[in-house]
Amino acid sequence: MQTLRTDTTMSADSLRPASREDNRPVAIDIRDLSLTFRTADAPVTALSNVDLQIRAGEFVSLIGPSGCGKTTLMRVMADLARPTSGHITVNGLSPEQARLARAYGYVFQAPALYPWRSVRRNLMLPLEIMGVPASEREARAARYLEMVGLKDFANKFPWQLSGGMQQRVSIARALSFEPKLLLMDEPFGALDEITRDHLNEQLLRLWEQTQKTVIFVTHSIPEAVFLSSRIVVMSPRPGRILEVIDCNLPPDRTLDVRETPEFLTIAHRVRVALRAGHSYDD
Amino acid sequence: MRLSNSRWLPVMVVLAAIILIWYVGAVWLNAGLVEQRLEQTGKEATAAEFAHIAFSLDRPVLPAPHQVAREFYESVFTRDITSPRSLVYHAEITGSATLVGFALGTLLGILLAVGIVSWRTLDRSLLPWIIASQTIPILAIAPMIIVVLGNIGLTGLMPKAVISMYLCFFPITIGMVKGLRSPDPLQLDLMRTYSATRGQVFRKLRWPASVAFLFTSLKVAIAISLVGAIVGELPTGAQGGLGARLLSGSYYGQTVQIWAALFMAALLGMVLVALVGVVERLTLRRMGAKP
Repeated sequence: MQTLRTDTTMSADSLRPASREDNRPVAIDIRDLSLTFRTADAPVTALSNVDLQIRAGEFVSLIGPSGCGKTTLMRVMADLARPTSGHITVNGLSPEQARLARAYGYVFQAPALYPWRSVRRNLMLPLEIMGVPASEREARAARYLEMVGLKDFANKFPWQLSGGMQQRVSIARALSFEPKLLLMDEPFGALDEITRDHLNEQLLRLWEQTQKTVIFVTHSIPEAVFLSSRIVVMSPRPGRILEVIDCNLPPDRTLDVRETPEFLTIAHRVRVALRAGHSYDD
Repeated sequence: MRLSNSRWLPVMVVLAAIILIWYVGAVWLNAGLVEQRLEQTGKEATAAEFAHIAFSLDRPVLPAPHQVAREFYESVFTRDITSPRSLVYHAEITGSATLVGFALGTLLGILLAVGIVSWRTLDRSLLPWIIASQTIPILAIAPMIIVVLGNIGLTGLMPKAVISMYLCFFPITIGMVKGLRSPDPLQLDLMRTYSATRGQVFRKLRWPASVAFLFTSLKVAIAISLVGAIVGELPTGAQGGLGARLLSGSYYGQTVQIWAALFMAALLGMVLVALVGVVERLTLRRMGAKP
């Protein structure tokens, strides 16, 4: 059985990493990666010659229109899809080894809670699978439900929760086994804007507290700029990386930062990059 | 109060209509017998007298509802339940064969479904045979089963239970295969990200996902199981059981007795299905189903 890290929580006031010139280890290293889906009529190139290095502790957003391969790229990192060519390592391991070592927590677009389990038992699902002892499972479930503000809902069933609450449970579930790496595939895509803003703030605090590496797929520019330390702009047909934009807003930012010139400048750069990807499309 | 009224009223209206049609039918179908009797005695009869005779024949073509009700009441409540003249005695015999057959069929049905879902070879090789098994008329194969099992020393309850099992495993297999395959790709991907073993995926995802499907199948299966047990009693000349009661009734033209036994079978079936329903509700509530 895999031993679990328990030392992830660090003090909130520890400094955020500067994204480029630090010497943290590389968490994800992708070189010349391509992936082609074979379909009935013609092969579809989902990813074409992708190069990307992500350091431990970074918050990297993948942004782009539908079909740009951002979800596919994340699924490759998670060993849910196999690349056709190129190299990728996750924490220095192949994606499959990393998956077997339970190196990452994955948050899907939908909460994917099991309807027959209460919130608490949904949280304990990965812990049961990984062989964590029962008392520790209970403690972790309590701790992470508290963290996402749902400790009063522990014994409710998923259908008794709103969509936003369900997604918070799924985030707590991904955190519960304390992976160093969090892969989040449009986790707030289906939520209303108010809930989304609220969860964005919570996620930012969480990232600052835990110093995890987060890869975050979105197609919302404000969301990406608000959360990220770097933004990877992708474009479709074939899916590729257009531009990587640094994004170093102050660590203690709140949603108000979205009114500042710095924020708007970065958002503008992202928008321009996205538009460049689309110009020869239609 | 009004709610329960609105629920029971339609049922009662239908019941009243059935009873009315039944009485009319009894007069119509028994008319020949009534005329015969009137001829023998040389009497004339008014319409009311005619109907009265039609409703009180010993061996009517179609007994009147109250005749069946009286026979049912007498053979259930006024006789020693260990006597072969008691319907409770026969219901108990058929009921125990039904339950044993149902238990065996459930076990077989689930095992086959697990096999089919787990091994692709079984999916391809087994499913056609399972479907073919259900196309064989049970009335034709039941005597064979009884003869074969009798030869290896199995008599009494077991052959009937085997016939029940033969009939009732099918809906369970089909329902469970569907249920075990019901988890969506996202739920399966989640398990993959935890690098769960196949056994864990089965226990923690496929099995609980299939429970609702299982109960739907069980309700169908237990009703079929009862039919299987009754059919199993027909070709054997069995001494006890609702099937035996039906058969002896038809030998001796005891139509009232046949109808009473039929009602007992229907009642038994409803009780069994209702029991499965109760277990279903309790189980699904514990598994967080919406009330």
